[in-house]
Amino acid sequence: MPMKPKVPGLLKGLGVTFNTMMRTITKGADTVQYPHAKETPPIRARGVIALHEGNCTACMLCARSCPDWCIYIEGHKELAPPRRAGGKPRSVNAIDRFDIDYALCMYCGICVDVCPFDALFWSPEYEYSESHIADLLHDKTKLGEWMLTVPEAPELEAGAQKGK
Amino acid sequence: MTVLSDRQQLGYIASQAADARVNVELETEGMTLNIGPQHPATHGTLRIIVRLDGEQVVWAEPVCGYMHRGYEKLTEVRTFPQVTTLVNRIDWLGSFANEVPFILAAEQLMDIEAPPRAQWIRTVLFELSRIANITLFLGDLGVQMGAVTPTFIAFRDREYVLNLIEGVTGGRFHPNFDRIGGLKDDLPKGWIDECRQVMKRLRGFCEEIEDLLFGNEILQARMRGVGVIPAEIALQYGLSGPNLRGSGVDYDLRRDQDLPMAWKEVDWKVWTHPDGDSWARCWVRLQETREATKIVDQLLDGLPAGPIMAKVPRIIKVPAGEAWVSTENPLGEMGYYVISKGDLGPFRVKIRSASFNNISVVPWVLKGLYVPDIITVLASLYFILGDIDR
Amino acid sequence: MSVLAVEVPYWGQSLLRVLGGIVAVLLPAGTIVYVFLFKMMSFMQSRLGPMEAGPYGSMQLFAEVGKWLQKEDLVPDGADKPIFKIAPLIVLGSTFLLVAAIPFGPDAVFTNFSAGVFYALAVSSISVIGILIAGWSSANKYSLLGGLRAAGQLIAYELPLVLAVVGVVIQAGTMNMQGIVVAQNEGSMFGWDGLGNPFVITQFIGFVVFMISVQAELTQVPFDMPVAESELVSGYMTEYSGFRFLTFFIAEFATAGVFSLIASVLFLGGWGIPFAWFGWDGIDDVSNWMNVAGPLILFTKMMLLAFIIMWVRFSYPRLREDQLQTFAWKFLIPLSLANIAVTAILKVAV
Repeated sequence: MPMKPKVPGLLKGLGVTFNTMMRTITKGADTVQYPHAKETPPIRARGVIALHEGNCTACMLCARSCPDWCIYIEGHKELAPPRRAGGKPRSVNAIDRFDIDYALCMYCGICVDVCPFDALFWSPEYEYSESHIADLLHDKTKLGEWMLTVPEAPELEAGAQKGK
Repeated sequence: MTVLSDRQQLGYIASQAADARVNVELETEGMTLNIGPQHPATHGTLRIIVRLDGEQVVWAEPVCGYMHRGYEKLTEVRTFPQVTTLVNRIDWLGSFANEVPFILAAEQLMDIEAPPRAQWIRTVLFELSRIANITLFLGDLGVQMGAVTPTFIAFRDREYVLNLIEGVTGGRFHPNFDRIGGLKDDLPKGWIDECRQVMKRLRGFCEEIEDLLFGNEILQARMRGVGVIPAEIALQYGLSGPNLRGSGVDYDLRRDQDLPMAWKEVDWKVWTHPDGDSWARCWVRLQETREATKIVDQLLDGLPAGPIMAKVPRIIKVPAGEAWVSTENPLGEMGYYVISKGDLGPFRVKIRSASFNNISVVPWVLKGLYVPDIITVLASLYFILGDIDR
Repeated sequence: MSVLAVEVPYWGQSLLRVLGGIVAVLLPAGTIVYVFLFKMMSFMQSRLGPMEAGPYGSMQLFAEVGKWLQKEDLVPDGADKPIFKIAPLIVLGSTFLLVAAIPFGPDAVFTNFSAGVFYALAVSSISVIGILIAGWSSANKYSLLGGLRAAGQLIAYELPLVLAVVGVVIQAGTMNMQGIVVAQNEGSMFGWDGLGNPFVITQFIGFVVFMISVQAELTQVPFDMPVAESELVSGYMTEYSGFRFLTFFIAEFATAGVFSLIASVLFLGGWGIPFAWFGWDGIDDVSNWMNVAGPLILFTKMMLLAFIIMWVRFSYPRLREDQLQTFAWKFLIPLSLANIAVTAILKVAV
């Protein structure tokens, strides 16, 4: 057996617990006293999804690709002014309703990946629990507020190829 | 021969009958005990019916299905990225390892291979999920045996691994990071150095657990010689992973098959133990954790530069065909048999999960053991309910 | 007794004794729970333990008591109701009876039994009955298993407990607890009386056997098969809730405290500091302030021994029932018998 303890194992076990105790007393515990102190999650942490309303065209790709079907979108077409003077008015999609139900959301990120217009972003915010389940349905105003918490994408390691 | 009078004969028969009645009344019945479905010792909702004679087991049967979520039916009505999300939750402790065989099967059907950098990082994350899974097992082993402290030490050091996984993928438990053709994103800056430090810390953790648990004479007395599974029985029941290697069978899918992953590029050892008892299985897992940290270090040293994703169309339609890929997951051998008809999603996915076969040996191995040994054997076989029931 | 300057009437003395007994049982229990269970266990697990209730979690004990008191009082349908309700009281009652024999100072004693050791060991077996009937009357297979295991274990470890103490009695020459304390503090080891004659050194084997047996009598890890948490959920305590569970909980730690008190009296010199340091010759010479300092000294020694008991509890896994029994019958009892033989020979010959 490649593992024969020289000091009887029982005493070694006592030593491990005693050392851990002394380390906690002198250097502090390995735990963080939430809510008095909080750990910051990493940049890429998937906390909540934020919506950039200006980019969204109600193409429904996110709603279709969600495994839980937790995104509810309603939109309408409206006429926007032409790009150049004397041109035709263009019809654009505008969203009436964009709700994400966080009671159903699996935090998988397929909607963020699939959006072709970069309208959805991940934010590491995680403290949004409510006492009523219905309040977990975030409408587009609340999703827009989450945009303020979206961090910059982190720099990549050496050897990574830039660009997608 | 004495001739008994009628009265004496009747008396004799009556006393025989009285004796027989006493024997029947005093005959001890066996006790049928239900371990689970809610029980601290089973990793989830597993029910094991045992019939006891005193404290010895006479007959045992596991009843699973309390956590059946209908995975294989679910996959019939989901697209490939959605299925990748869902299969994270089969073995939830080593989640990234669940995605890999499925993605590899889809890539086989599409006849593409991920670029080398993606393959190496996939292997790194696979080994990290193995470390996360088995670290929790080592802590849990202490609790099953009665020692409360190793759990906290295990969770304390496992936290660093989870933070690493979160740094890359954004999710601690369910990374959802594998994509057909590569990975979703590359490593953030500073991750490789942090990973090396965490690996060093985990090696220290393995030493500590060795001192606290494995060197402890009480634990050795509890686990050595308990629940011996000989190699032939292990092979017949389809055990895999450390359960098989703890019985002396030298079989590791990372080394014994050719997959587009980076295990063949680095130097590592397959650990086996000839005894086949509970001690052997747990010891093999401890050594595998240490070996996994060394694998990760070597992989990080030789990480090739390049793109992280192969050229794949935006909307992926996997061509028709059938593919079977199995890998050496932390719990054992996990495989996916994917049938595709050329749609956005698979037509049928059969999931071969390791724990389902691992607990099939429970009726055989529990016969004749004492009640505390039931817990020892279940702890050493190490299953996860999500893996059994899917 | 005239510890104070006034003469206390008999009913006053009895009242003081009752209150003193309650304090002597509950104060060690509370201190052990807070210092060792809440804080020391947490530090051994790299965490801080309860911090919210009161500064550094000092009020956590009161919060726990309040929580348990306000829970519903459940009695299972098939349970034997009178027996079910009495069981926790028996276990706690034996602790209170046990503390009556312990001397806390030269004059601060509840009663001065001339066969104090005999009384203490006999009374400590009463808790076995409480545990047995708790397991049996619960109408639950798991509790039954726990009760049966407890029966075997606790009776098996009574013997090393008693035999380990016999060596102390031989060396002290008396079964009176006060006499044992005095023998340790006025005695001398190999002619040197700098430390008195603490039996922990001369009776070291007896001390180790006693501590192991105490660990088993308290059903603490590594001998906690009756309460094997990961198998039997709570063993004989599974069906108890609310105030009854609180009684078991307090009884567990109170008994740990009281056994530590007994062990410090028997082995560490009890309430005393070596008499040679003050030039006292016998117990009548001891000054009156020792009646105040004695309990404090005894308390410190008790915390030291309780630390060892709890330290072992948090570090080791548990032994299986048959290994437990083998350890007691085949190892501890022969060892303590040999200890008695050697002590007797040395006492007579040397």
